[in-house]
Order: sequence, then structure tokens, then C-alpha cells
Amino acid sequence: MLAQLPLDEQAILTLAALVMFTSFALLAQSRVVPMIHVFAWQGLLVAITTGLVAFASGKHDLYISALLTLLLKALFIPWLLHRLVTRLGIDRDEHGAEHPATVLLIGALLVIFCYYVAEPIRELSASITRNTIAISMAVVLLGLLMLVSRGKAVAQVVGFMSLENGLFFAAVAATHGMPMVVELGIAFDVLVAAVIFGVFFFHIRDSIDSLDVDQLNRLTEKDQ
Amino acid sequence: MNALYLTLLLPLSASILLAMFGNRRGAAAFNVLASLAGFVASAWLAWTVLQRGPLGGGTGQFYIDSFNVYLIALTALVGATTSLFSGPYMAQEQANGRIGPGRLRLYHASYQGFLFTMQLALTTNNLGVLWVALEGATLATVLLVSLYRTPEAVEAAWKYFIVCGVGIALALFGTVLLYFAAAQVIPDAENALLWSVLAEHAAGLRPVVMAIAFVFLLVGYGTKVGLVPMHTWLPDAHSEGPTPMSAVLSGLLLNVALYALVRVKILTDGALAGSSVHDPHLAGYLMMGFGLVSFSVAGLFLHRQRDIKRLYSYSSIEHMGLMTFAFGLGGPLATFGGLLHMTVHSLTKSAIFVAVGHASHIARTQAIDSIRGLIETQPAVGWGLLIGTAAIAGFPPFGVFTSEFLLLSATMQSYPWLTLPLLAGLAIAFAGLFRHLQPMVYGDQPDGQQAVAANMWPVALHLVLVLWLGLSIPAFLATWFDQAAVLITGSGLL
Amino acid sequence: MSDWLLALLATLLFVALAPLFAAWVKRVKCWLQNRRAPSLLQPYRDLRRLFAKQVVMAQSASPLFVITPYVIAGATLLAAMVVPFIAVNLPTAAIADVIVLAGFFALARFFLALAGMDVGTAFGGMGSSREMTIAALAEPAMLTAVFTLAMVASSTNLSTVIEHILGQGLVLRPSLLFVLLALVLVGIAETGRIPVDNPATHLELTMIHEAMILEYSGRHLALIEWAAQLKLLIYAVLIVNIFFPWGIATHISATALGVSIAAVCFKLMVLGMLLAVGETVLAKMRLFRVPTFLVLALTLALIGLLSHIILEVG
Repeated sequence: MLAQLPLDEQAILTLAALVMFTSFALLAQSRVVPMIHVFAWQGLLVAITTGLVAFASGKHDLYISALLTLLLKALFIPWLLHRLVTRLGIDRDEHGAEHPATVLLIGALLVIFCYYVAEPIRELSASITRNTIAISMAVVLLGLLMLVSRGKAVAQVVGFMSLENGLFFAAVAATHGMPMVVELGIAFDVLVAAVIFGVFFFHIRDSIDSLDVDQLNRLTEKDQ
Repeated sequence: MNALYLTLLLPLSASILLAMFGNRRGAAAFNVLASLAGFVASAWLAWTVLQRGPLGGGTGQFYIDSFNVYLIALTALVGATTSLFSGPYMAQEQANGRIGPGRLRLYHASYQGFLFTMQLALTTNNLGVLWVALEGATLATVLLVSLYRTPEAVEAAWKYFIVCGVGIALALFGTVLLYFAAAQVIPDAENALLWSVLAEHAAGLRPVVMAIAFVFLLVGYGTKVGLVPMHTWLPDAHSEGPTPMSAVLSGLLLNVALYALVRVKILTDGALAGSSVHDPHLAGYLMMGFGLVSFSVAGLFLHRQRDIKRLYSYSSIEHMGLMTFAFGLGGPLATFGGLLHMTVHSLTKSAIFVAVGHASHIARTQAIDSIRGLIETQPAVGWGLLIGTAAIAGFPPFGVFTSEFLLLSATMQSYPWLTLPLLAGLAIAFAGLFRHLQPMVYGDQPDGQQAVAANMWPVALHLVLVLWLGLSIPAFLATWFDQAAVLITGSGLL
Repeated sequence: MSDWLLALLATLLFVALAPLFAAWVKRVKCWLQNRRAPSLLQPYRDLRRLFAKQVVMAQSASPLFVITPYVIAGATLLAAMVVPFIAVNLPTAAIADVIVLAGFFALARFFLALAGMDVGTAFGGMGSSREMTIAALAEPAMLTAVFTLAMVASSTNLSTVIEHILGQGLVLRPSLLFVLLALVLVGIAETGRIPVDNPATHLELTMIHEAMILEYSGRHLALIEWAAQLKLLIYAVLIVNIFFPWGIATHISATALGVSIAAVCFKLMVLGMLLAVGETVLAKMRLFRVPTFLVLALTLALIGLLSHIILEVG
């Protein structure tokens, strides 16, 4: 039971629950700048959790991964998004979902779904983070839900980055990190993706004069 | 190993150089030179493997065996011939005012960068690096799809980025689960993502985890292969980007994604073989299902197309569906057919796109309704397009007919009732392609339509190769296909 | 016998402290807003004044209007008797079920809503409909939070829950963290504090709770006001005693009870301060945003429940 676990493992479970809470907070948040801040908090929480797992399991490679996540997901990418949003002049816009209450409830259903899918994996794992595998899968699917339920470019990108957060967390939870070369490659890919997204916002804005990607709908199979 | 390092380093260094100097006058020529050098390096690599057998493997980071050696040479060949086409084509686009010199620098650097990621994905032994390379390929090409900066191009690039990005993220989750299953069986965690090590221990991997991992990997890499219903990015991205980009995307990227999927399928089959809870053929059935649906849906969509590049993109989806079905079916006959199909489809589709590029320059539009009388205006382009389409539709004696025949024979052996949808789909696709092609090639040419400067040598070369492969496959290639079939399904054809 | 006496004394203490807690919150708010606070005994003086005044009723008022204040006071008093205040093993703990507590509050709210509509004024009806909307949306959140607590402690009895959590020492439970946040939000909605309802407003169109009691006067009004203050104190005691139970008396002895009273008073002081800070920092939400607030509470409770099932079991 929970009470018999050492304090650092309890802290890991609490932080994992807080990461899931930030995913829900992202789903509910409709203003752009607070959305970026919540994403930064999520990155910070994931980095701290990784550090704690490194401490509790004795795998010192994870400290490097935690530092990388902190620098990339909690500092650089939020800074980049913030700068873009200010330059685009949309920092006071509302980029919310259509029906936030429905989206939150669907999010809860997704978490239950993830619990059932991750059951067999949890039973096979002997690590201290076995219970958090379902949480990490939930963060991935909640990021996907955010991507799907929003019609504005910045919100979709934040959802995408939150999905990547969940993937990193899944690697930490299931296998205590992946080989270093793979982790570095993934981090590099995420970095390049963030930079390209930034370039993209300007292209979209220049071509359709807004960042409402729902208006990007000229290429269809419908008879025009 | 030198050949291997050259094959990888040549495109990488060319990409860096072109990123700095790609807007100068000699950039296109340098691009061609680098691509040809890359082809020579890959041919040398293929020669080495032919002489000495598989390279690398064990606990090394690279592994060249009979499954990927010809794909590496094919990638370099298509890259080289398309670069030959790309030089004058992009110069013409610049003259037409569609792009500026700064964008040419981006174009050339991304072209070589894309080739590098393809070769890295094909040669690596590490499944994590495979993922990184495929994601890198997406990133290298996404800015190229929006090169022309029209609203349609930006929309196509955004769709490409988001759909492929999400798909690949799901594939990463599948890779994490795969690593989880592997770490329990393979003692050294650093080697647990190496394919050759995994293939040895495949029978010990937990079936329940591998089944879930395969589903994620199928959906993830299947997005990049263009399987329905994850295909929505493909027609847009292939039609809005510059034509050389369409050629390499259709010809190369889809192949490499399918290659990744088949590598993972080999592991899944090994893991599920002894399972009592899961169906041992789960991976095969899933691939057959997705492949058949993609094939049928794409064949039907061919009839509705109004843009010439979208038409051939749906044809790509249809053929990738057919290949996925072939690999899912399993057995030496279907696998041999699938491997042959990967090769000939790549060659034919890139040749078609080259001809399409010239056709759109002649008619000054990509709309099918406005392209007429190609064979009168410029016979080389007209004939190229006609023969290319005939080849891709499955006319004998081209290679596509051979591979489709092998696949149909295999289907008749295992699932006779499935030959009906396959034949029907082939007929529907044939009708769809030719109903659009016939007026384009043979219609009345509009007044004032003139021939353009077109280098049809790449088209001729590819079509001759496809014809050769249809009539008689060279012995070394047949041996490689057979060895790959043994690797994939456990038994060979020859 | 002495246990029953102690239970009665605890209830009397509870009832007596209710106006003091409300006065303390008001005092901290005044400090924060740089105003001079009224005396801490002011609510008692207000109640005494109201009890002495004559009751003035509308002609159209029905018998329901007359009995409602007594029903409300009675139900809230029973609720106060049930909640463990200074000791956990009292005889009243046998009916200290959380669902029973929810039932008492529902009874009081039902009668209040009916009384608001009884006289037929527009403001009364408006207050009643708003109150029932908020209650309907807050119920699922509260029940989910309660179920999570029940799953953690394997019982819905408040006394058992507190003893269970007390017995485990310092444990970081994600589920309880989220349930605490959810119950705080639900408590704010149910007791009508900012950001859901402003208890000190004089603008009838913004009122929720006040609008229902506009027609009451004299001792009826005194009973209803006292019941409202008691409800606030009940929620506060629930929060401090369930989630931070250290100090509560597990056996009956003079020292244990002394420590318990001191601990509870200290915790209530801190909670009162936090409530006052929250009320000063936040603005009252417009009515159509209250459902979003309550869906947030429901989401927090759901996350708490899911955290318990996923993270803490097995």
C-alpha cells in the first residue's frame, strides 16, 4: 500500500498525478499566455519527477535526461512560444475549445481507457514507477485531445508539445529512460520541430491573415 | 564500412554546404554532383555486401543485410535522377516567378538533408535512431511542401506536419513499449533497441506487450506509409510541393516507412509465435486489413481527382496499400512480390512525377481539365507519361505486373475470396488513371501551347529498369529478395 | 454517560463558535483591505438584536414560510452534531456518515429554496433557481470527492476516515490532494462565498443566498443567519479535520481534549485567514461562469478518484 512506500516514491506518485492535472488544466485553459505557462509547469514537473526517479532507482543517466527536459520543455520552448505570440500580437486572444466541459469529461474517459490498456503492462513491470505508466499514456492521449479540440494554431502546437512530454514521461515510467543516443535524437527532433512551428505561424498568418487553422480548408475532396 | 560512412556522410555534408551556399549559381549542379556521388557510394556498398554478405549487425549501430541493401542503392539512384530533373525544373520555376533564390537555398539543403535521413533510417540497427531519422525526414520536407507560400501550400504543409507528427509520436510510444518488452529479456539495456539483437531474442519478448506495441507502431509508421484512414496528409503534401519533392516523397519516403513497419512486424511475429492468448498472425491480419482498405479507398478516390499530382498521389496510396497487404499476407510468394513491388513502384512513380512536372510546365497548370494534347506538343513528355501510367497500372511486361501477379497468386493460394476485391480494385484504379490520362495525352492541344526544355533521360532510365525487372530479374537481386523473404517469413521462394 | 455529555458540549461549542468564525474571516478581510474591523462579538450582538425584534410577514406567506427557519436550524444543528469536532470516538460518530451529512444539507437547502419562492417575489424566485442550479452542479463533485475518501479509508463514516488518516502518519497521497482542492471549491460554492456569491452584497440582482431570505425578519432571520454561519464552520471543520487531523482527541481525557480544542482553533484560524485572502484576491464570477467553476471541482474530484485507482492501489 501507499503508506509503506518510502517518501521519495510517494513523491513520484504525487508529482505524476500533478502532471496529469496540468494536462487537464491545458484542456481547460483558453487564454494563450496562461496556456504557455501551464505547459512550462508541466515540463518542470516532468523534469523533477525524472530527477526523483533517477534518485530512487540509482540510474544516473536520467539526471542528464531530466536536465535536458528542463532546459528544453520548461525553459526554451515556452520562451520561444511566448516570443512568437508577442510578435504575432495574439497574446490577448482566446484560443479555447468549443465546449470545455465536454472536453474535460472526455479527458476523464480517456484516462480510464488508458488505465485498462496499461493494466497488462503494469502487471509485467517490477519497477517503482509501474503505476505511472497509465498516467503517462493518459498525458499522451490528453495532449492528442487538446490537439483535436482546438482550432487555433498555437493551441494545437502546445497540445503537440504536451504529447511529447507524455512520451518522454512514458519512457521514464516504463523503462527508466532510453539509451542516451536515442534520447538526444528525440530532444533534437523536438527542438527542430519547435523552431519550424515558429516559422510556420508566420507563414500561416501571412497566407490567411489569422491563426485559425479551421480556415485552412481549401484542399478537400468535396465538389467545389 | 567505408562505403557505409561515405553513403551517410556525403548527403549530410552536401546538405550543410548547400545550407550555406545554396542560392549561388552552381547550387543545382552541386546538388546533382553530390547525389551522383552518393549513388556511387551506395553502389559500392551494395557491391561489398554482394561479395562479403551482411555488414555490421550484432551489437553494432549499423546493419546492412539483404533487406535494406537494394533499398539503399535505390534511394540513392532515385535521389540522383530526380536531382538531374530538379536542376532545370527549379530554374524554370524561378523564371516563372514562383520562388526566389533564398528559397532555393532552403530547397537544396533540405533535399540533401532528406536523402541523409532516408539513408540513416535504412542503415541503422537501432530502432530508436530509425524513429529519429523518420521524424527528421518529416522535418526536412515540411518547409519544402509550403515552398510556394500559397494558402493551399501552407495548408498542405500544416496538415503534413501535424498528422505525420502525431503519427510518429504514437510510433515513439510503440518504440518505448518495445524497449520495455526488450529490457526484460535482453540483459544489456544499451543493446535492447538494436534490431539484430531483438531478432535473436524475439521469441522471448512478452506477447501481450508486443501486441500493444505493434498496434501503436502500425498506426504510427502507417501514417507515414499513407495507410487509410491516416492518409489525409498525403495527397495534399505530394501535390502542393515542388514536383521533385513529390517524386522523392512518393518514391522514397513511403518505402522507408514501410521498411520500418516490416522490420517491426518480423519482431512481432517472432514474439507472438508461441502465444496462446494472442493470434500468432495478429500483425499480418492487421496489415492485411489496413492494406486492403487503403487499396480500395484510394482506387475509388482516383476517379474524383481534378489535379494531376493528386491523381498520382492517390495512386501511391493505392500501391502502398497493396504492398502492406502483401507483407501482411506473408509467405514467400507474397513477400517476394512485395519486395519487388517496393522497387518497381519507386522507380515508376518517380519517373511519372518527372513527366508530370514537365507536363504542368507545358500546360502552365496542374488542373487535369486544362492539360491537353501533350503528345502533339511534346511527344517525349506525352509518351513518357503514357508509358509510365501504363506501367503503374500493371500492364505487362513491366515490373509492376510481375509483382501484382505474384501477389495475386499468393492470395489465391491462401485466401481465394480476397482475389475478387484485389482484381476489382486493380480494374477500378486502371479505369480511374486512364480516364484522366487519355484526354491529357491525346486531347486537342490548345492554341499557343509550346514544348519546354525537358530532360527525359531520368524517365527513360527508370522505365527501362522497370521493364528489365519485369522481364528478367538479375540474379543478385533475386537472391537478395529471396534472402529477405526468408528473413521476413522464414521460408524462401528459390 | 459522560460520552453523551461530551458530545452535547462539543455541539454547543460548535454552535457558539460559528458566529465567531464568521467574524474572524471578516476581520482578516478588513485588515487586508485597510479598513477598521468590527468587534469579534458583533455577530452575537446582531443575533441578539434580531431575536428581540418582531417578526413581520407577508400576507401571502404560507405555513411553510414559518416552519422553514426552524427546519433549517434543526438540520444544520444535527449536521454539527455529526461532524467530529474535537474528538473522534463519540457516540454521535455512529451516524457520522458523510452521505447523511449531505442529506442534512440537502434538506435545509430544499426548504430554503421553497421558502424563497413562497411569498411570490421576483428576487426570491431568482435566488431559489440560482441556488438549486449551483447545488445540482456541486453535488456530483462533492459525491465523487466523498467516494474517493471512502475508497481511501474503506468507509464513509467520518470518524473512521479521520482515524484512518491519523493512523498513517505523514503520507503524500495524490488522491487526497485533489479531493482537498475539490472540496474547497465545493465548499465555497455551497456556503456562498466569493467567487461564487458575495455574502456582503447589497445588490439584489447579484444575490444568491441573500435573495432567498429577503422576506425574513426577526427571530426567523436570526435562525437562518446563524444556520448559514454554522454551515460555513461545518465545511471548515470538515476540511481541517479530515485532511489535517493531527491534534484531534482519540480518547477522552482532559489533556487530549485541551490539546484538541487548541489545535482545532489554530487550524480554523489559519483556514479563516486563507479564506479571507482568497476572497480579497478573487473577484465574484458572473453567474454563467459558475458551471465552469463547478466542472473544475468535478474534474479535480475525478482526477483524485482516478489517481487513487491508478496510482495507489497495488
